[in-house]
Amino acid sequence: MMLLRDAKTLDAYVSSGGFSSLKKALRMKQSEVIKEISVSGLVGRGGAEFPTGLKMKFVAQNLSTPKYVIANADEGEPGTFKDRVLMERNPYQILEGMIIAAYAVGARKGFFYIRHEYRKIAREIEKEIDELYSEGYLGSNILGSKFSFDIELVIGAGSYVCGEETALMESIEGKRGFPRIKPPYPAQRGLWGKPTLINNVETLANLPLIIELGSKRYTELGTHLCPGPKLFSVSGFVKNPGVYEEILGKITVRELIERAGGAEGNLKAIMIGGGAAGYIVDKSFLSMPLCYHHARERGIFLGTGDIIVLNDEVNLWKVLLQIAKFFEHESCGQCFPCRYGTKRMRELIEKILRGEGKRRDIERLDAIANALKIASLCPLGSSAALAYESAMEYHRDELMEVIS
Amino acid sequence: MITITINGKSIAANPGETILQAARRNGVEIPALCLMMEDRPIGSCGLCVVKILREDRTSYVRACTTKVEDGMLIETHPPEIEEARKTILELLAEEHEVGGELQALLDRYGINVERREVIREEWPENPFIFFNPKACISCFRCVQTCGEIKENHVLVRRGRGARIEIVAGVNDSLKDAGCAFCGACIDACPTGALIEKTAIRAKGPLKKVTTICPYCGVGCAIDYFVQGNRIVYARGNPEGVNRGDDCLKGRFGWEFVHSEERLKRPLIKRDGKFVEVSWDEALDYVAQRLREIREKYGADSIAGLSSAKCTNEENYLFQKFMRTVIGTNNVDHCARLCHASTVVGLFKVFGSGAMTNSIEDLMTSEVFFVIGSNTTHAHPVIGTLIKRAVKRGAKLIVADPRNIELARYATIHLRHRPGTDVALINGMMHVIVKYRLADYKFVEERTEGFEKLKEVVEKYTPERVERITGVPRDDIIRAAILYATHRSAIIYAMGITQHTSGTANVASLANLALLTGNVGKEGSGVNPLRGQNNVQGAGDMGALPNLLPGYVRLDAPYADEIERIWGTKIPREPGLTVVEMMHAALKGKIKAMYIMGENPAVSDPDRSRVIESLKNLEFLVVQDLFLSETAQLADVVLPAASSLEKEGTFTNTERRVQLLRRVIEPVGEAKPDWWIITQLANRMGASWSYGSPKDIFEEIRKVVPQYRGITYKRIEKLGIQWPCTDEEHPGTPILHVDRFPTPTGLARFAPYEYKPPAEESDEEYPYILTTGRTYEHFHTGTLTRKMEGFNELMPEAFVEISSDDAEKLGIKNGDCVVVESRRGAIRVKAKISKIKKGVVFIPFHFAESAANTLTLDALDPEAKIPELKVAAVRLKRC
Repeated sequence: MMLLRDAKTLDAYVSSGGFSSLKKALRMKQSEVIKEISVSGLVGRGGAEFPTGLKMKFVAQNLSTPKYVIANADEGEPGTFKDRVLMERNPYQILEGMIIAAYAVGARKGFFYIRHEYRKIAREIEKEIDELYSEGYLGSNILGSKFSFDIELVIGAGSYVCGEETALMESIEGKRGFPRIKPPYPAQRGLWGKPTLINNVETLANLPLIIELGSKRYTELGTHLCPGPKLFSVSGFVKNPGVYEEILGKITVRELIERAGGAEGNLKAIMIGGGAAGYIVDKSFLSMPLCYHHARERGIFLGTGDIIVLNDEVNLWKVLLQIAKFFEHESCGQCFPCRYGTKRMRELIEKILRGEGKRRDIERLDAIANALKIASLCPLGSSAALAYESAMEYHRDELMEVIS
Repeated sequence: MITITINGKSIAANPGETILQAARRNGVEIPALCLMMEDRPIGSCGLCVVKILREDRTSYVRACTTKVEDGMLIETHPPEIEEARKTILELLAEEHEVGGELQALLDRYGINVERREVIREEWPENPFIFFNPKACISCFRCVQTCGEIKENHVLVRRGRGARIEIVAGVNDSLKDAGCAFCGACIDACPTGALIEKTAIRAKGPLKKVTTICPYCGVGCAIDYFVQGNRIVYARGNPEGVNRGDDCLKGRFGWEFVHSEERLKRPLIKRDGKFVEVSWDEALDYVAQRLREIREKYGADSIAGLSSAKCTNEENYLFQKFMRTVIGTNNVDHCARLCHASTVVGLFKVFGSGAMTNSIEDLMTSEVFFVIGSNTTHAHPVIGTLIKRAVKRGAKLIVADPRNIELARYATIHLRHRPGTDVALINGMMHVIVKYRLADYKFVEERTEGFEKLKEVVEKYTPERVERITGVPRDDIIRAAILYATHRSAIIYAMGITQHTSGTANVASLANLALLTGNVGKEGSGVNPLRGQNNVQGAGDMGALPNLLPGYVRLDAPYADEIERIWGTKIPREPGLTVVEMMHAALKGKIKAMYIMGENPAVSDPDRSRVIESLKNLEFLVVQDLFLSETAQLADVVLPAASSLEKEGTFTNTERRVQLLRRVIEPVGEAKPDWWIITQLANRMGASWSYGSPKDIFEEIRKVVPQYRGITYKRIEKLGIQWPCTDEEHPGTPILHVDRFPTPTGLARFAPYEYKPPAEESDEEYPYILTTGRTYEHFHTGTLTRKMEGFNELMPEAFVEISSDDAEKLGIKNGDCVVVESRRGAIRVKAKISKIKKGVVFIPFHFAESAANTLTLDALDPEAKIPELKVAAVRLKRC
């Protein structure tokens, strides 16, 4: 286990080699650190799959100062709980990754943004940050180097959209969590208009690994298309739901479900990518290797790495209703397509569940899904259509049974 | 230039512009509902989405937010986007009542869906703005306007998802949320959800007439929308000096013209009662009485008050009437009470007594030094400009004992004791000289008298100044350094001028600007803000007892030239100023007065004595819109047309001569002042043949050198700033760029020592009273207090008092308080605020609790301006 090792105390973490990567990084040039990460092929683990090294390069190259680093621990996706487990079991690796990232891009200040539902963990993280200060891993002249870095903990206020990077920054700035229009991207103008590196906590936890192993050995871990370890949240109708760490590309969907004890009942559908912003696919995906590349080839994304198993007792319209309700509730209201589209979707699905569904309701749902995808201001709106569209693609017959 | 392809057509685009800008410039129409500021797109509506084709992928982006890139391939109307637009519009139409721009879009997309009943909360009541929640699509244009454009931050978004809505504050009433009622949100609204209450029931075509606002000296151009002879609503004109900005008074303050209380026929007082008479009877009677009095007591027994609310043409005629028809220089106007010391003080130092720079120019200032000006309340459009500049990085120094709105935006707030301005400014100059922060090159090349200044300011150490002013020494040093090291503009108003040391205050500010080279350059200068729409012009036109039109001295050689143009003799003895006239009337030396558009019974200091003086006259003629407190004392009252009912020109605070257009016909038999003066003159032996204000202006151009190049035709669109010496001259946005209008071409430092105000607080009267204007009312309230909405917002006078003082006196917020000075007492409501301890403030609009009952008429020795800003008072609960 490279991410999920148990190192709940600083002593345990250091004695198992913790912070040796930071020491190593501080002896490297900043550009060398970024190069290592670029070559490693690491992509963001929060769902967007953007190359981490490239993001760091953009921030490093930006001449504007000060620069900021943000750890995104606003894990709000239904069915995703891998960050929680990671923070509980191996928090220092995330913080070490954050410090390395800050060193690489030239940031002096970082924010650890965590959702308020995780406030128990937040209290722990706060203690751990304090500990790092007293041990010289944070603050001025870290480990005797010329590099100084501070981390401040920020607790969110319970909005799903604040996991979106620009809404999250608004939230840190003390404003209402409305997503910003991109571009400019955070690397150009992020927190308080300054270049900002924002990464999911799992992504950050990968950085010490890459520095420790070297990019070459790190890439050899996975396949050449999908390097590195990944945490998967497995839930739904499985015997042993939980977080599983796997090497990308080395295991199929079926194998992962088996590791979680196999399906309960007859597996009918799998939700991949997220419990809301994910895809509802069919059994044909069981043989798909869990790798970003293979998923894209099949027209989906691995997203945060969720696998939710649905058996044949599940009514897919009811699943879609839950998802629609979720998005309607979490829509920030900023843009028209999402604000009204999510509401109308929920209403139409309710109508269908009442047994009053007509063909033109399906046409309307299709039109709304199209508008959401094309014209939403942030990914929340565009992902609100994913579950419906994929379910229609892979389970059309079943869904259309109730339509007259 | 870069090249992009829109819908298969290659187009040259400017780097940095958005796809929407490039497309629209090339005639490609992309729908957009939420765009307000092109440089800060909101992006809420999603209608402007376009498709970008790249080799590896296609993407959909908002055209309003995405910048063009070289080689970009753009499709603006592919079927999937048109479908999405249709869907969005359908959703909108289902949820809302539609109107305005949205209705036009629905028509274009052929959308006709059934609206469902969606319940949305209405706003709490307010006097001016109607809000229809059902029509509000929460596009946030109003929110952006209120926040980022007007810097008011009253309208905010509440709720989320489809339940998002726009509210004021935490769903307060607009008034409680601090709304400025500037109306910019109405202009921003694309659906008609926000509209003026007066415009709700307007049907049929409206006529638009653009003229100049009747209130303060900013001189905003306002578009009035008219039906029949009634104004329906008004909006700031985007081409004016205000660039479309507006304030409460400009936007909603026109209703007085339709007031039932307007004077519609001439009145003569018989047996103590006014009776309506014909114009002929009234004019004949006035001419006869004035002739009689002149014959009996001499021409200098008659005095006239001209008006900063009347046009240049009318002021010009009024002083010409007094000088050549009556034969006296006893003519003055309310500038005596506001900016007489500006004219004298700036003239002394710079050789010219007007605002040195322009309103637009102020946007380039790095530092604003605002002293004695509650800009956001008294000159709101300039106040907004300052707030906006500060939000974009400019620094602000505010010197004011009150916690005025601008203080919230200030880098440094100097809360000095009223009447200690000279000490404060000398203290700043002391620091600048001591730290060698002066602009020595400028001092060397463009000024004289520096050594004398140095000698005076030497004594004003920050420690000593702290003792005099109550401002901490460090703040004095910080302010001096900040001001001296930037491109800094001084902005001031009555807090500087209305003192016995008014001229000294003004000259000291001019010294400060000279010392640091902050004159004659963009974004700098000494900028008095004039309080009335035409106070600049009234002075320019020579409605002054010692100066002829164009500020020509009575003994100057050019006065002979004016005599030649007029074809009559001009008396050469300077006449009496406003306050001197009142004193003379009380003593029986002035027997008759002709007062045009002024209300000295409320506006002048020690008003009980003013009323006594006016009552002591043998004959009083008042020409006004309303039966003002002064008019009630008159023997004859002549009904005048308002500025919205006539033509002419106003000169705004930045010396810009602007053209008035007639918005409606005068009510009743009211007549323009220029007509009335001409009629009177001709009945008293003159043979004036002015047929229109334009005829008069042509004569003004001959007499006043600064106006020579200005014609009605040239100022049809936008006014010209004097001096403008010939018809090719573009006007002068910044004064003193190369030389000063002095005999040597150099500016002259005029240092002053600090002298305490005429009356200081003592054991008997322990508080210092200072007076001023509120945002909601204007001057003596003759106009604003005729309007219900304004009275609703600000129904009565108040006394601002610090919480410490209130506690000491056992006064609670809202208590009735007796404020008493050596001259009289009034009752007002207490308003506990963050005003400086020991200082209280009362606005002067309210005749029933008139602040000027308390003030004293001690005068500045040079400018004869009374000290309206400092009086000793005591307070107790009623």
